[in-house]
Amino acid sequence: MNVAMQAQADPMDIRPFRIEKIRKELADSFTMELVPEGGGSFSFKPGQFNMLYTFGAGEVPISISGDPSDTSKIVHTIRRVGAVTQAIGNLSEGMAVGIRGPFGKPWPVEEAFGSDLVILAGGLGLAPLRPAIYMALANRHRFGKVVLLYGSRSPSEILFPKELEKWRGRFDTKVRVTVDRAEPGWGGHVGVVTKLVKGAGFDPMHTVAFVCGPEIMMRYGIQALEGAGIDRSGIYVSMERNMKCGIGLCGHCQWGAPFVCKDGPVFRFDEVADAFTVREL
Amino acid sequence: MVQVDNLGRILEEHPFAEGLDQALKDVMIGCAANERFEAGQFLFREGGDAKKFYLIRSGVVAVEVHAPGRPPLMVETVGDGGVLGWSWLVPPHKWAFDARAQTLVRALSFDATCLTRKMESDPALGYQVMKRFVPVMAHRLHAARMQMFDLYGPAKKG
Repeated sequence: MNVAMQAQADPMDIRPFRIEKIRKELADSFTMELVPEGGGSFSFKPGQFNMLYTFGAGEVPISISGDPSDTSKIVHTIRRVGAVTQAIGNLSEGMAVGIRGPFGKPWPVEEAFGSDLVILAGGLGLAPLRPAIYMALANRHRFGKVVLLYGSRSPSEILFPKELEKWRGRFDTKVRVTVDRAEPGWGGHVGVVTKLVKGAGFDPMHTVAFVCGPEIMMRYGIQALEGAGIDRSGIYVSMERNMKCGIGLCGHCQWGAPFVCKDGPVFRFDEVADAFTVREL
Repeated sequence: MVQVDNLGRILEEHPFAEGLDQALKDVMIGCAANERFEAGQFLFREGGDAKKFYLIRSGVVAVEVHAPGRPPLMVETVGDGGVLGWSWLVPPHKWAFDARAQTLVRALSFDATCLTRKMESDPALGYQVMKRFVPVMAHRLHAARMQMFDLYGPAKKG
């Protein structure tokens, strides 16, 4: 049975998934691989999220960070920042979590075929972009240049370092990583992520950019991309708001007119640019 | 003469020279020298007299802050096509950071005393040089502010 299809039929229905594997990523972050209890598959599109539920703590929206071509499991990368994510982080392999989803609008990977693709990520923002990276690399021949620009606080806080190395090792993908500060021994860039945009080698007239990270990082990242000549209609961002129902009913994640859970979390920047500068939203 | 021609060609290839009149480039070249630094070698150290600035041709320079009892902290790297050092423009003309070659670095250096004298007597040159340094300074200020924000920190609890 396709669990995703079933979820679409009844989006409020929580389904049990078993934690098959837990991997520590950073001091405060971990990745979980989940499989449906009783078997089945799970389909999603890059950029979508699930509502993860753990008994006694509640629900929290978490982006899917796995490979969309692998329907046998769901992968989530989670930072321990609140009561629910702490409770999920305290679970062990073999235990269960509840899942509703997948929800939300995805990264328009297929629509970007034929263009250069720039992926600009900061901190844990690489996790919601990883499915798009997997999909883009699986369809590498359909793109012009593929450029991944990633910024992190320090070398020890780089997410998915082995994969970044692997992607950088490809001859058809440019990967540039920078950190805000570093101690001797770090041989890479030091400086803000926006600095990586200049000289990244894409054709701004024919480029689609996906941006994800903390909102302030996205603001400056978008400025840098626009400064490099990419039109804002070619820039997509993934927003984070307080999502509760996941289907645009409760209004918790309303961001001006749109609901982040239903109309996003991925938005074309020119459609939300005004909201970006409204402090009250 | 041959060496001056070479320096002229090197300056020509650097983004700093983009849009600069040939006459002004020739004046600048009179204050320039071609330099090479091995990995680990300091280009300058905090507190030293800022008598030069560098146009990085190739390689990476780490800008570092040092503090007693802990390893130096890299706060920025400057690579190919970058401009390193603007303390020569600002009194008291002392370097505010250390700059250490992270890799083999090739750079064009400019004698600040020589260039300042020429800029004083030739306002067109002074304006063109300042026009190129102000964005460098603005970028550094902007970057420092962004680093203070802790751009990658978690936004909220969930």
